[in-house]
Amino acid sequence: MKPVLLLLALLTAAAAPRSGYDDASPETRAMQDDDDANPGFLWVREGEAQWSKPAGPDGKSCASCHHDATISMRGVAARYPLIDTVSEQPMTLDQRIAQCREERQRADPLPPESEAALGLSAYVGLQSRGMPLHVRADSPFVAAGRRLFETRLGQLNLSCAQCHDERAGMKLGGATIPQGHPNGYPEYRLEWQAMGSLYRRLRDCMTGVRAEPFAPESLQAAELALYLAVRAEGLKVETPAVRP
Amino acid sequence: MPMPGSIVSRTKRSVSLAMAALLTMAAGDASQGRAIVMNRQLSACLLCHAGPFPDPNLQGNLAPSLAGVGSRMTSEELRLRLTTPPPDSIMPSYSTTTGRRQIGLRWEGKPILTPQQIEDVVAFLTTLKTP
Ligand code: HEC
Ligand code: HEC
Repeated sequence: MKPVLLLLALLTAAAAPRSGYDDASPETRAMQDDDDANPGFLWVREGEAQWSKPAGPDGKSCASCHHDATISMRGVAARYPLIDTVSEQPMTLDQRIAQCREERQRADPLPPESEAALGLSAYVGLQSRGMPLHVRADSPFVAAGRRLFETRLGQLNLSCAQCHDERAGMKLGGATIPQGHPNGYPEYRLEWQAMGSLYRRLRDCMTGVRAEPFAPESLQAAELALYLAVRAEGLKVETPAVRP
Repeated sequence: MPMPGSIVSRTKRSVSLAMAALLTMAAGDASQGRAIVMNRQLSACLLCHAGPFPDPNLQGNLAPSLAGVGSRMTSEELRLRLTTPPPDSIMPSYSTTTGRRQIGLRWEGKPILTPQQIEDVVAFLTTLKTP
């Protein structure tokens, strides 16, 4: 290999994103690797049941429109968030599922972080497990998300980037700082003793620096999620991941 | 550590301001200061720093250890470090209520520590001598 090419290859290798999986303990990784031991699968099973459960005035289920999720939902989670063609705004997978539920199924919204909402999101996410994240990186919303990621927030005055770009691998109190990638969500956190959405994680990080978190449906939350996905380009979807 | 000239002059001014502030309150209580440093919900020191405290596995490594800091720095320098960290530092100012964004409602308008708590922490840090 020519020296220049070698250098390029090394630089690219150094810049490759590192999943939170690689920072987790061997026990936590083993739990994720075994579907029978992974507590996230309790939620996945709930979501699988939810998929074909009729709701709303017309008694439609997700399956009424999307049929077999193992076919129709394959690869979907790997390309979210995307820019919705109707609203021209960034939209997360959880927001899309909520939109289908309210506008197409015309059913009551599933409460955020409920077993039914997390279950559906996990069941849909599972259909992309092992596929590389790839979202469009060329919208102004990505740039806006990056600015948010690099802005110091809260009483402790820290940005996401100061921890996750500049200090990943170091110790914050007893915790190893991961690069902060969204590829495992919804995921089971031992700290929560439960499954939780990416939004729940962002809220924890924001209140951790004593900032007022962006509201779940805010444009900022979606921009941040979009930038996180661009930043994690190529990382494999691990839903439902297990983390400390 | 050498400092650029502009920071030195700013430092001198802040030191005199910080010392003036000290005159208005009771001298620090080192045992209170130790409790404040060890209380991570209150001060967050041990999120970033390690030091001569129990549970070393729960202490951070984002910053130099506080062990021996009382031999390296005077109380004036320590007070300045807590109130006016260099702008590019990740260490927050413990006294300011301005210049930050999107502070959570519970913390809005409040410094991380009160002036008295800062004095207590300074009094404690000066006891951390190199053995
Ligand atoms: C003061 C340091 C700090 C700041 C600032 C911070 N985080 Fe985190 N973040 C952490 C730590 C530590 C963890 C891992 C917690 C654990 O494993 O228990 C984490 C976890 C995460 C994860 C989960 C990664 C995974 O593999 O599951 C994401 C995503 C994330 N952070 C995004 C963000 C975003 C976005 C921001 C800014 C709004 C932010 N963080 C601000 C320290 C921080
Ligand atoms: C978010 C991280 C963070 C927090 C929280 C924090 N510090 Fe620091 N501190 C640092 C860093 C990083 C440095 C090293 C110099 C720099 O980059 O500012 C430092 C430097 C210092 C120094 C100078 C040490 C030396 O040897 O030069 C002292 C003293 C200090 N901190 C005390 C404290 C105390 C006491 C608290 C809590 C009341 C605290 N810090 C909270 C990050 C932090």
